[in-house]
Amino acid sequence: MLKPSAIITLLVSISLAVGGVWIIYNINLLPEAASSNAPVYDELFRVLFVIGVILFVGMFAAVVYSLIEFRRRPGDQEDGLPVKENLPLEIFWTAVPAIVVLFVGLYSYDIYDRMGGMQPLDHQNHGYSVSSSEEKVWGGIGTSSNNSNMDLQMQSLPVEVTAMQFAFLFRYPKGDFISGELHVPVGQTISMRMESNDVIHAFWVPEFRIKQDVIPGQPTILNFTPTKPGRFPIICAELCGPYHGGMRSTVVVEEPEIYQDWFNKNSNTIVS
Amino acid sequence: MTITIPPKSNKESEGLQPKGFLRYFSFSLDHKVIGIQYLVCGFLFYLVGGALASAIRIELTSPISDFMPRDVYNQVLTLHGTIMIFLWIVPVVNGAFGNYLIPFYVGARDMAFPRLNAVAFWLIPPAGLMLISSYFINGAAQSGWTAYPPLSITTPAAGQIIWILSVLLLGGSSIFGGINFIATILKLRRPGLKLMQLPMYCWAMLGTSILVVLSTPVLAGTLILLSFDIVAHTGFFNPTLGGNVIVYQHLFWFYSHPAVYIMVLPAFGLVSEILPIHSRKPLFGYTTMVYSIMAIVFLGLIVWAHHMFTSGTPPWMRLFFTIATSFIAVPTGIKFFNWVATLWGGKISLNSAILFSCGFIVNFVLGGITGVALAQVPFDIHVHDTYFVVAHFHYIVYGGSVFVIFSSIYHWYPKFTGRMLNEKIGRIHFILTFVGFNLCFAPQHWLGMNGMPRRVAEYDPQFTFVNQLSSFGALLMALSTLPFLWNVIHSSFKGEIAGENPWQALTPEWLTSSPPPVENWLGEAPLVTDPYGYGKKQLQEQFNDLESEKQ
Ligand code: HEM
Ligand SMILES: [Cu+2]
Ligand SMILES: [Cu+2]
Repeated sequence: MLKPSAIITLLVSISLAVGGVWIIYNINLLPEAASSNAPVYDELFRVLFVIGVILFVGMFAAVVYSLIEFRRRPGDQEDGLPVKENLPLEIFWTAVPAIVVLFVGLYSYDIYDRMGGMQPLDHQNHGYSVSSSEEKVWGGIGTSSNNSNMDLQMQSLPVEVTAMQFAFLFRYPKGDFISGELHVPVGQTISMRMESNDVIHAFWVPEFRIKQDVIPGQPTILNFTPTKPGRFPIICAELCGPYHGGMRSTVVVEEPEIYQDWFNKNSNTIVS
Repeated sequence: MTITIPPKSNKESEGLQPKGFLRYFSFSLDHKVIGIQYLVCGFLFYLVGGALASAIRIELTSPISDFMPRDVYNQVLTLHGTIMIFLWIVPVVNGAFGNYLIPFYVGARDMAFPRLNAVAFWLIPPAGLMLISSYFINGAAQSGWTAYPPLSITTPAAGQIIWILSVLLLGGSSIFGGINFIATILKLRRPGLKLMQLPMYCWAMLGTSILVVLSTPVLAGTLILLSFDIVAHTGFFNPTLGGNVIVYQHLFWFYSHPAVYIMVLPAFGLVSEILPIHSRKPLFGYTTMVYSIMAIVFLGLIVWAHHMFTSGTPPWMRLFFTIATSFIAVPTGIKFFNWVATLWGGKISLNSAILFSCGFIVNFVLGGITGVALAQVPFDIHVHDTYFVVAHFHYIVYGGSVFVIFSSIYHWYPKFTGRMLNEKIGRIHFILTFVGFNLCFAPQHWLGMNGMPRRVAEYDPQFTFVNQLSSFGALLMALSTLPFLWNVIHSSFKGEIAGENPWQALTPEWLTSSPPPVENWLGEAPLVTDPYGYGKKQLQEQFNDLESEKQ
């Protein structure tokens, strides 16, 4: 039978392990989550982080333990045990990582789908035509399927993004004007069609957890739904020349009324 | 079964070779001399690359661009990456140790094509010098080691063209080396030595050389097309002339993902040699190790687009490459579990060689974990092209390959020179490197996740402190080279005499004098059918067998 001390050790280590997992699950290492994508992303991050920490701590402990426990004591001239293989053990450590990797793959597929990655890109853009038949539009991600419920979904707001050394320009086709800052109403799905004038750039908003290259000669699409009002940095993430580090802009997420005021002030067309 | 008699020697040419120290500056055909040439030459370039890294980290101690002009920063960053990959890690883990060890391991007196071997080495110094000198001519290339068009087409042409030329030369050198290794391993084996009896490093080099031969020509072709776009204004990758910039990325990564395995598979092989000797145990799971290497080679060829998840790749492509990439973790994991099992129950001498090898295991595991995370499209979309990726691949390339290079130097230095390195200084070197490395790169994961893109000279001031921490780690890494250099130079004169076999190892390079004679063994090459036959009692018998065979 187990000795009481063994039971206590067991209980203590289990609670330490559970406590440890709980702590790493709840550490927040990511910036503010400000789009409908972001909480989904953070969920994936937490799961990967927990798996990663367990694996890393396990391997680290095994190496350090071996170095201490199996170090050569002074005066000892013997060899170790001539163990060359152990089939069950090897099958075990082939199968377990395979299962973990399979789980991670399926789970991240699910996350990707929930982010709208699997939706055809031109679907929700009934506002304006994205892809004329000869134009190939690739990449980006669609809207989050959380709010792809057709009844609730507002028509997405189209924005045309042009990137150039070293700035982003945002054109609002509905108001026919260009802005240096991206203004968007909170809760509204934005559908951006992006193209570059010169070299490759990338549109990245860390708080939205989205990134998409902006490519010359090949438009790309990026959809997102901001969920929190505020000002967030837009960062160019692809080396584009000497001032690459300074190629930044801001996305201003506003309450719909404030956004509407801003839009009306800038608009060159009569808004219905 | 093919039985090939080891070639006698290049007796005629031998007379022409200078003796002593000067032979390292000659067109020597001796694989051991060529190996040392690769190693020393690679290390000198490593010092240059390291100086450039220090310049980068100095610039990044403040959030504004104040240490050097912005375009110079991009040149420094491009040179740093190119030098570290093509002039340090690839030549050293393949060329240096491969040339020195593979003929010993297969029981041959030299490589299959000694002249090609010397040519392969002598392509490297001019290519490297040319690359570095481009900085003084008209400014070096400034589009990163990836040289994505259209940036590489629109930045100043001279630097970019010199960059292409030197990478082509280095690629050629690498292909010559790869062909030579394949021929040597498959055709020059001593009679009686079977493939499945070879030390693991041979398998690693066989796998690596297959990758080199299959993928490097693709890089060469791609860069030649890119140079046409630059000098002849063709439009392969130039969108203003109807070219496609994404095609370049596919071609580039078709080489450059395998290239990361070209940098790390040989390191896996070296660790597999070092661990058993210093823990006095057989290498665990030889057969699964061999199959894992071959699985990595195969999978490594079909995962390249994981570098392009935000490049406008269609969803099906994103998914395929996620799955293929994730599965590389399985054969890679097997190797790591096998190494830990090799340590387990051993009699481990805690010397510098084993410390650096174990440092490698720990660092690489972390880099592998972040790698699997990066393989997940939804995860990668946020952190692609940020400092998170910089952290990932430095954990692999520095924490992995460079740690193994140091481990190997501590392990084989006695063979190279006949003298031992100083253990105390070796351990100081390890501690400084390990602490400095982790301090430098661990915080970069956080930087990337929180909004710092890679390849920038200026950044959001909220990241200042963490960047300074990282730079402090880099300072420790730079300092750690000093004890190492002192050790290597001082010990070559004053080090303890090593003798034939200071580690009591069983692999053939230890069964001859240190340094070995020109033709490796004075008598016939020893037949080592169980290079990992360590273990209680068994060892003494094995050893006696070998001794009696020699007589
Ligand atoms: C478990 C195995 C590995 C996996 C799953 C993996 C996965 C990845 C992924 C998905 C990326 C792309 C990240 C991005 O750019 O957004 C990446 C980048 C990179 N990896 Fe790994 N990796 C692994 C091992 C390695 C190894 C063994 C090396 C080198 C020895 C390596 C070196 C690199 C480099 C150099 C880059 C960045 C290239 C660049 O953009 O400049 N990785 N890795
Ligand atoms: Cu940029
Ligand atoms: Cu890769």
